[in-house]
Formats: sequence, C-alpha cells, structure tokens
Amino acid sequence: MATQHSRSAARFMMAPAVILLLGWMLVPLTMTVWFSFTRYLPMRGDSIERGLEWVGFENYVRFIGSSSFWPSVQATLVIVGGVLAITVVLGVLLAILLDQPFWGQGIVRILVIAPFFVMPTVSALVWKNMMMDPVNGMLAHLWRFFGATPVSWLSEASVQSIILIVSWQWLPFATLILLTAIQSLDSEQLEAAEMDGAPVLSRFWHIVLPHLGRAITIVILIQTIFLLSIFAEIFVTTGGSFGTRTLTYLIFQRVVDSQNIGLGSAGGVYAIILANIVAIFLMRIVGKNLDK
Amino acid sequence: MARAVSTRRKIATTALAWAIGLLIFFPIFWTILTSFKTEAQAIANPPLFWGFDFTLENYAVVQERSNYMRFLWNSVIIAGGSTLLGIVIAVPAAWSMAFVPSRRTKDILLWMLSTKMLPAVGVLYPISLIFVQFGLLDTRGGLIVVLMFINLPIIVWMLYTYFREIPGEILEAARMDGAGLKEEILYVLTPMAIPGIASTILLNFILAWNEAFWTLNLTAASAAPLTAFIASYSSPEGLFFAKLSAASTMAIAPILILGWFSQKQLVRGLTFGAVK
Amino acid sequence: MGRITLDKVRKAFGDVQVIPPLDLTIEDGEFVVFVGPSGCGKSTLLRLIAGLEDVSGGQIRIDGQDATRVPPAKRRLAMVFQSYALYPHMSVRKNIAFPLRMAGLDKAEQDKRVNAAADVLNLTDYLDRRPGQLSGGQRQRVAIGRAIVREPAAFLFDEPLSNLDAALRVGMRLEISELHKRLKTTMVYVTHDQVEAMTMADKIVVLRAGHIEQVGSPLELYRAPRNLFVAGFIGSPKMNLIGGALAAQHDATTIGIRPEHIAVSTDAGDWHGTVGVSEHLGSDTFFHVTCEGIAEPVTVRVGGEVALHYGDSVWLTPDKSQIHRFDTEGLRIA
Repeated sequence: MATQHSRSAARFMMAPAVILLLGWMLVPLTMTVWFSFTRYLPMRGDSIERGLEWVGFENYVRFIGSSSFWPSVQATLVIVGGVLAITVVLGVLLAILLDQPFWGQGIVRILVIAPFFVMPTVSALVWKNMMMDPVNGMLAHLWRFFGATPVSWLSEASVQSIILIVSWQWLPFATLILLTAIQSLDSEQLEAAEMDGAPVLSRFWHIVLPHLGRAITIVILIQTIFLLSIFAEIFVTTGGSFGTRTLTYLIFQRVVDSQNIGLGSAGGVYAIILANIVAIFLMRIVGKNLDK
Repeated sequence: MARAVSTRRKIATTALAWAIGLLIFFPIFWTILTSFKTEAQAIANPPLFWGFDFTLENYAVVQERSNYMRFLWNSVIIAGGSTLLGIVIAVPAAWSMAFVPSRRTKDILLWMLSTKMLPAVGVLYPISLIFVQFGLLDTRGGLIVVLMFINLPIIVWMLYTYFREIPGEILEAARMDGAGLKEEILYVLTPMAIPGIASTILLNFILAWNEAFWTLNLTAASAAPLTAFIASYSSPEGLFFAKLSAASTMAIAPILILGWFSQKQLVRGLTFGAVK
Repeated sequence: MGRITLDKVRKAFGDVQVIPPLDLTIEDGEFVVFVGPSGCGKSTLLRLIAGLEDVSGGQIRIDGQDATRVPPAKRRLAMVFQSYALYPHMSVRKNIAFPLRMAGLDKAEQDKRVNAAADVLNLTDYLDRRPGQLSGGQRQRVAIGRAIVREPAAFLFDEPLSNLDAALRVGMRLEISELHKRLKTTMVYVTHDQVEAMTMADKIVVLRAGHIEQVGSPLELYRAPRNLFVAGFIGSPKMNLIGGALAAQHDATTIGIRPEHIAVSTDAGDWHGTVGVSEHLGSDTFFHVTCEGIAEPVTVRVGGEVALHYGDSVWLTPDKSQIHRFDTEGLRIA
C-alpha cells in the first residue's frame, strides 16, 4: 500500500538492477543460442564479422551423438547424486549430533563449517596432494599403516575421489541448514511424543524427519544447482580424465580446448535447460515461502 | 528447554562430536601444519605431527617466487569491488520491493533468482567475446562486473529479507516528519538496515572471493586473484608440499576468519529466506 | 489552524471500494474520533488524510487549501502510530528532534523545542536513552513528543493506545485529552474502542464498511443513535435490542433499551425472567436475565451490590422515556 508518488519512485529505483540483470541474462544467452545453430570454429577463421554459417540443429544432434556425451551425463549424475546422498544423510546425522548438548559446541561447529569457506581450487589441490597423493598423501600413510597398498585415488577411483572432495566442501552447508531447521523444531512436540511413549527411533522417524522434509528439499535443490556446474574441483585434479568429465566440463572442453563454439553452445543450451528443470522446483518452494 | 542430560551421555556426545569435527577439519589443519615444515619433513614417512623444525621459510618463498601479495590484492579488489557495486545497485531495488510491493514483486524476485541458476559454462564464450571486444579480458574491472552480476540476485534477496523485517510504519513516520525520499533512505532506512547490509556484504565477499569459474577463465597474469594463483600449483610435482600448504593457508586464512562470523547469514543468504 | 475538509473522498484498492464517496468536515481545534469495528476503513481514512495513501477520487482540503496531491511531508500534519514507529537507532532526543531537523531548524532552536516537549511529557530524564530501553508508555510519550514539537496543523492518532495494558491506557487517555485542552490543536483519533471515543471526543464519527453511520458528540450518539448499528456500537454494556411482539407494541420493528435504563424488582414489573450470569464490578453489577418472550438475554445494570443470584426469578421494568425505536430499515423512528 502506498501512494502514486512512492510507486513511481520505487519503479525508478528498481530499474538499474532489473535492466542490468536482464542484459546480463539475455545478451549472452541470445548469443549462445545463435552460435549453437552455426558452424563456428575460430581456429579455422570463422568469426561473427565474416558471418557464421547456419547449420540448423546439426550441433545439437552431434553433441548428443558424440561418444563423450552419454559418459558425461553419467558422470554428472553419479557425481551429483553421490554428493547429494552423502551430504544429506551425513548432514542430517551431524545436525542432530550438533543439536545435542555437549562441551565445546561453538568450536566444533566452527570446525565442521570451515570447509565451506575454503576456495574450490585450494580444497581440490589440498585433497589431491596432501590427502590423496599415492606416495606422500595422508591416505597413503594410513593405508600403509594398516599394511595395505596405497591407492592412486585420482586415477583408480577418480569419480569416488571427486565425490569425496565435493562432499567435504558441501557437507557443512547441508549440516548448517539442517541444524537451523532442527533448532526451529518445537521441543514441546518432541516432549509430547516422549510423554506418549514413543521411542527414540520412532520420534526421529515420525517427528524430526518430516519436520526436516522442507529443509532437505531445499538443500537438495540448491546443491544440485551448484553441483551441476562444479568446475574448479575437476579442473585442478583430473582435468576431466578418468571418467570425471561432467557435462559442464565437456562443454568447457568443446569451447576452450577444441574451440568448437557451435558445438559447445549447443551443449550449453542443454545444460541451461537441465538447470532450469531443477530451478523450477526450487522456485516453487521459495515462491510459496514468499507468500507467507 | 533446559533438560537434564546425564553426564555420561554428555561425555559420549562430546567425544563423538569432537572426533567428527576434528576429522572434518583435518585437511585444513594438516595444510596449516605442513606449511610450517621444511619440504623434506612435509613428506616424511610416517607423517610428522610434532617434533618438526618450525619454519616460516615457505611463506617467504611463496611470496618471493609468485608475488603472492599481488594475487591477494587482486582478490581483495575483485571481491570487494563486486560486492560494493552490487550493494549500490541492490539497495534501492530491495527497498522498492520490500516497502512498495506490487503484484509483480514476487515474479521479479523469482526471476532474479533464476538468473543465478544459469550454468556459467553455457555463456562462457559469449562473455569472453564481449570481454575481448571491450578490452576487459584479464582486467580487474571486468571481473568485478561479472562477479557483481553473479552475486546480484543473492544480494538483492538478502537485503530484501532484511528490509522486510523493518516495520513500514517507521518509514511512514519519517515521511510524516517531513523526510523526503532521500532523507528517508539516508537517515532512517540505512542506519536501521546496517546489520543486514553488513551481513550481506560479508557473505557476498566470501562468495566472490571463492568464485573459481570466471576468475580462472577470464584472467591470465595481471588480474588473476588467489583462486587462479592456487590453480597454478596444480602442475608441478615433487617437493612442493610445504610451499603448496603455505600458499593455500594464505589464500584461505582471511576468508576462514570472516566465514566464522557469517554462519547465520550463510543460511539466510543461500536458502533465499526459505529456511530460518 | 487546522480545519480539514473531505469532499467526496473515495478510496478503492483495485476493484474493491474501501471508502465510498464521503464528506466530512473537521473543525479547527476539534478532537474528532473515528470509531468502528476492525476493517471499517477508519485507518484508511486517516492515512488518506495523512497522505500515506492516494485518494481514488474527491478532494482533501487543509485550511481551505487543496492538499489532495500534497506529499505527507508537506501537509503540516503529525501522526502517532499504533506501533509508535520510533527510530530505534536514535536516542529519544534525536527522535523528537527528527522532524525539526528535517524542517531545517538550527540546533539551538531544536534543543529548545525538544526540551520543552520533554518537560511537558516527563521525558527529561530519558532523553539520552534509546527507544528500546523505554517502557510502552514512555515510548508512546516519545511518539507524541515527536508529533508536538513541529506545532502541526493537526495531530493524527492511529490506535495509539492499543499496545498498552489496561491501566496505562486510562492514564494515557487522560494525558492526550489534557494535551488537547492545552494545545487546542485539531486532533483526529482512530480507535476501535468506543470507551476511548466516548471519553475523549468532541465529535465522534462512527464508520462501518467505509460509510459514515453517524457524526455527533458523544452524548448525541448515546442519546439518539441514528440506527441499529450505532445503537449497538456505542455504550457499554451494549444496548439491549429486542424485536418481535414486544417491539410491535411500541410501533417499531426493533426497540432498544440500555442496561442502565431498566429497573429490577423481585416482585413486580413489566417483563418476568430468570437471572443468569451476573458480573460484579463493585460500583455496578451487570445481570444477564433470560426473559419470557425475548429471544436474547437482557442485560441490566444496577448500581452497587444487589443480592440476586443465579436462577432467581426477577421482574424488569424499562424506563419508557428511554426506549429507542427502529424501523424495518434499522433507522431510528423519531
């Protein structure tokens, strides 16, 4: 509710943000869509000034038809799915643990959250060298200590390794959000269930978990959006080899390494569509929350 | 809330929680520890937790060899610049949406959020082309603009949720007291919103500091921030653990400290107010 | 000077008409109370006068000058909000001085006026505190202080007492009335509480669904409510409204009789009934009596203590001269 005066002022003040974001979204997006329908190989002299050859859906067909496409989809799904499963399950357990009274809660919380603030290139390099190096890494020492042969993680168990690194980065996020959600659980509700004689496990199953349902959904959706575009972790560890070439990384290679802009752009359009499908679900939840 | 918990249970919980906390923190701890060792001790077998010769040499070498300070400065300028620019653009927009909502406010907010979800790789080439065209490649100014766009939706959202907590009646009171739009924002809204604005700046500074797609792809030598500086360590093998650790420690230390202050804002900022 | 004239003022939110065209004149120096149930449009009407909402049609004049399109800051009106709307980041002194600062007064003049206002409102000891450190009553006084320093053409109050507890409310009611007597400035006061309206107003405006049901002094409204709505709204406890055969005897569709205009007797009277719940206030006692031939229990007010108990049989006799008669439309029959 407001006056005409304040409404026009509001529109005026909103304009910069809206116009800039609109430009940021539309200009590159339009270019990507345009390129995706053309043959665009800058190494061979193609350029916008000289005019790009229109090839219709050829790039889209070729992108899907290439032998790297399905493996990259599979790698993406395995990595995203693996990280989600680990962070959500461990996140719930960890959140419940941190919600219990114990000595040094504040410090432990800080320890658990810390990985989230480590920049992706650092965490990838630290894991690659300090932890996973087959000779001098901590895990190698540990393996040797137990008499096992050290594993060459990033080549022999590359996908699992990436999942481990990324999970380590995102577990704090899941834990923190789920912890916030748990703390908003009405303790009287749990006490009432306790009075009604519900044992610990069934209290968890029937009261805590349903309460966390919404938070879990949000964690899954937000993480999915970020995980679909993980880049630095792969860039500095395996460089996309050993089956860790995700869709994002494949597109990156098409554009940057092989300089096939048309093909890469078609891939980009696929990625955008994929991200939007996830985004729609997230928006619904966020939108509902706005009405309150 | 206060419930009696048996001491035995509390001891067990404490032990478990600390064990897990230390396990999760271990890679960071190990990196910091290693950064103070000599290269030989860094790869000693079995690994040294104590009894090594404490040295700061690695830090000196890293600074000398790769001019760490320049990367740090780039990170500060890029993260700080993009955050402040974003704030300047977002404050009026968030003000409008929080205090003069219209039927379209919700749609605009959701649309802004959706731009955040565009996969960066999908627009990598067009952005590089535009950068080349305007001579922005490998400049701090170019990265400031890109990271500002990346984080603008989050900034608007966070400010919006903070502003909504300020009662509209106070702004109306200011209007009745003779304040124009400028005075209203300057003397009443901004001072009241400072805690929220500060949290927003903090979180977005961290996000921009850690951003590693655009910073890796749009910089070469002169504008490269710490993310790129660290990535340059991915190729050399051999005796470099201690130096890598020193470089890593320097890259994450400032942000770890800031991050610990921003736990609460993190939840609000990254869930768009959907979890409180 | 503060004469406010509303000329065919109308407000619609989208297609919903909140206030149909409405005329009203508020004389200079008058204490006018807008009263009505929640959602009757009284707050909207106040916000239209304040300029916090645009009118959809009609004209608002302040001292004869068209103020319809004038922004709130320029209307020379001061407002006290329900939530007090104090600036939490400013001290009490700065809160009160804020309108003066906006008006560009020099520092010395600001201090002089703030000190004078603080003196009147007993806030001198609190000038350097923040609003968060004050009690509800003190915050209310700061809000009033902020309003009076400007020496506005009129004060607007939007349910200012509804966040206070009962005891404080009575005290603040007196303070506001006192202030009005001293300043002699126009005051427009919105409340849903008819007691506040009756005790403070020179003129009451009863609103329902945006319509003015009646305008008049408290006693005019009490003595001669124009329709059933006003009859039921003004007065506490509520007027007894009786329909059916009893009303027909008085050539009316509905008759109304206030609880204080009914005599009680244990042996003789007009209406026979049984005592239900009684409420003992010490000074008065309210009986709820179920009478033969009357659908609703009749409320009776008796001074002091009366020895009647639940289930006792009683006779009620209304004071014939105090019976209000209403027609099929619910309008008063003169």
